[in-house]
Amino acid sequence: MNQKRSEEKETVPDDPGFSLSRRRFLQGLGGGLFVLFSYNVLPAQERRPTDTQALPSDFNAFLRIAPDGKVTGFTGKIEMGQGVVTSLAQILAEELDVPLTSVDMILGDTDLCPWDMGTFGSRSIRFFGPPLREAAAEARALLIQLAAEYLGLGPERLIVRNGLVQDRDNPNKQVTYGRLAQGKIIERRLTSKPSPKPISQYRLIGKSSLRKDGVLKVTGKARYAGDVPLPNMLYASILRPPAHGAKLKSLDPSGIEKDREAKLIREGDLIAVLHPYPDGAEKALSGIKAEWDVPQSDLDPKTIYPHLLRVAPEGQVVTKGGDLGEGEKQAKSIFEGTYYDHYMAHAPMETHTAMAKPEGDRMVVWVSTQRPFGAKDEIARALSIPSEKVRVITPFVGGGFGGKTANRQAVEAARLSKLIGRPVQVAWSRREEFFYDTFRPAAIAKVGSGTDREGQITYWTFDAYFSGPRGVEQLYAIPHHRELFHGHYTGIPGAHPFSTGAWRAPGANFNVFARECHMDTMAAKLGWDPVEFRLKNLARKRSRRVLLTVAEKFGWKKRTKISGRGFGVALAEDAGAYVAGIGEVEVDRASGRVQVKRIVYVQDMGVVINPAGATTQMEGGLTMGLGQALTEEVRFKGGQILDLNFDTYEIPRFSWLPEIETVLIDNPDLSPQGGGEPSIVVVAALIGNAVFDATGARLYELPMTRERVQEALARSRA
Amino acid sequence: MIRPVQFRLNRKKVRLETDDERILLWVLRSDLALTGTKYGCGEAHCGACTVVVDGKAVRSCQTSLKEIAGKEVLTIEGLERNGHLHPLQKAFLEHEAFQCGFCTPGMIMNAYALLMKRPSPSKTDILKGMEDNLCRCGSHLRIVKAIQAAAKEMKGVRR
Repeated sequence: MNQKRSEEKETVPDDPGFSLSRRRFLQGLGGGLFVLFSYNVLPAQERRPTDTQALPSDFNAFLRIAPDGKVTGFTGKIEMGQGVVTSLAQILAEELDVPLTSVDMILGDTDLCPWDMGTFGSRSIRFFGPPLREAAAEARALLIQLAAEYLGLGPERLIVRNGLVQDRDNPNKQVTYGRLAQGKIIERRLTSKPSPKPISQYRLIGKSSLRKDGVLKVTGKARYAGDVPLPNMLYASILRPPAHGAKLKSLDPSGIEKDREAKLIREGDLIAVLHPYPDGAEKALSGIKAEWDVPQSDLDPKTIYPHLLRVAPEGQVVTKGGDLGEGEKQAKSIFEGTYYDHYMAHAPMETHTAMAKPEGDRMVVWVSTQRPFGAKDEIARALSIPSEKVRVITPFVGGGFGGKTANRQAVEAARLSKLIGRPVQVAWSRREEFFYDTFRPAAIAKVGSGTDREGQITYWTFDAYFSGPRGVEQLYAIPHHRELFHGHYTGIPGAHPFSTGAWRAPGANFNVFARECHMDTMAAKLGWDPVEFRLKNLARKRSRRVLLTVAEKFGWKKRTKISGRGFGVALAEDAGAYVAGIGEVEVDRASGRVQVKRIVYVQDMGVVINPAGATTQMEGGLTMGLGQALTEEVRFKGGQILDLNFDTYEIPRFSWLPEIETVLIDNPDLSPQGGGEPSIVVVAALIGNAVFDATGARLYELPMTRERVQEALARSRA
Repeated sequence: MIRPVQFRLNRKKVRLETDDERILLWVLRSDLALTGTKYGCGEAHCGACTVVVDGKAVRSCQTSLKEIAGKEVLTIEGLERNGHLHPLQKAFLEHEAFQCGFCTPGMIMNAYALLMKRPSPSKTDILKGMEDNLCRCGSHLRIVKAIQAAAKEMKGVRR
């Protein structure tokens, strides 16, 4: 596309950061209007840490308007089912005043998109939304200016409708965005903040638009990292140890000689078979004989807890207030509880996959990842090449949940591709997916509290061991309190026998279970209704609102002792959203099986971009949450993982499905808050509390398996 | 055993010359470049690889070419007709019965076979019939609604 065109540069003069790669980017996409941004526009948490004061030399753009009027938005976020391919497009379309159908998002391409820390933490709309909005508002302001010049009118006379700029009194005087962007390369550096559209004028935001990835996903045309066909490509099957920490003793690869198409590659610790067919690679690998030294270990699901408590680091304060001694003095009733969490797997339906292709002196890698820019750096380091020589492209991701912030498979694919000089696909088997998971860590929470005669909690202590600080901060109005965390979810050396990491709402998924079950325990002992007891100790308006709303929607009836009906409540604050849920369960006392019959769930997340999208996230979190509450647990012996497929690692199935009712609180005064994770944090707690209401049996350990329910029932009978 | 294998795939005749013990899933995805059918577990626990063979849902990760020789195979790519989406596809779209979309082809193909067997399924029939298809994102509620809606639309009309 090398048409002759005049280059008009409207930009902050003499930007020393402007480089050849930027020019190449602009020309590569053809003409049009580009809105760039400078790092200062990003909130502090999103800015790339730079070592120097110089402007970044890598290129970033938020959006482009093509000569045909099509709008392309660029984001370093990725789409893994949370719907940002649609909701971000809605934000863009809203500010630009164009139809949603004329906006397309390019996600997670490190050559084209702004640097991003990764898609996790329920941050995409919260933190990327605002700069995107501002870029669009700036572009719109510029286009109106250009239209004013083009039409020979004052800009105050102009309105925009569906990408068409018109004289408000004479609609025949008009020009399209496309026409204005034609024949020019216009750069607008975003340094000031133009005023985005006020919420009262929204046409698109707040409406449930059909998802942009829908047709692709229901027709099988949606491409994931394993669906990128490249000529001359090879599939890799990699030799894996039987346990973490095992050392290779001997290798006999003679078995692969049976298949002339199989090629053995070995570089240090990486031993793989490459083959033109994926099943060929797998078959050839099975012909290789390897002997391993497996380190001895006494760590297993029982011994892990005393071990973790022994090696736990000192507590760091999350929140605190008042004087614990004073609080203890005022307490008439004292409570203590210890809660346990087991290792759990992310188990996305799509395993970790990557396709690497050498292109000249560059390596291009399609990766199923939540952190494309992280993958880029890791690949560059592994290949000992500069980071600019790596391009990571993120197709649709088949589920992440925190597990795909780890990019091991991308490095494997890149290394193999470099060694063989051809495109190589690495697609983990399900067994590898379980084995190499960065698990939700085993954790312990110790809670202590006291109440006065009026049911006011006078003091509260919370110690989270290895779950991390999220969900530990005090939610209730307690005058004397201190909440500590001992170790992040990534652990410390010597703590866990394998890697651990962030698992959907990391820390909160377990810490909230401990807190809300403890609240429930107190209420029961004191003869208080669980909802009233919480209200008694709850000052935050948004918390009270969601709690009162969920109680009303559910039809909660006040009770001062267990009802046998199996109703349980839990509330939380997570990722800026305030949430509350009530569940109804049925417990089969003979088998210990818990059936969740109904969940009513209320969420206040501020302005909602796409209500249908937010709803699928709420339902998704609630449904996924059933597994970590009832069945999910990774058994192990030292570094040996014993659960390697879905036959023994049980995740929620259709027969588990409760009736689910979700409610979004209308809170237009608050900017959009997190939506991808909050719902999952209350599930285990509301189920635990419901089981208590059904049977009088209290469970302190996740998952609440049938065996554990039976044990708890036996304990409560004793 | 390397030999010619013939079968019908999405209403077209296909003839391959390959080891007929090879697994159908990999033949579909690599030899035939039909990547809509997905690998989820390799051991028939998850249903992501579901295709329809002679009207029945089959886990292609556990099916050899030998087993489908001479038969009628339908994959997700074959549901669309002349650019028109199948009622199940339309219903999945309208009810937003997907999130990451990875389990979706297997879900739709399994539902297709279910509706062939039971054109007017009760909710229990649907839960039972879909029990062996896993969805990690938790789209179950909407998948059930979508299947119910598709069944209604397809009532009486055999495709």
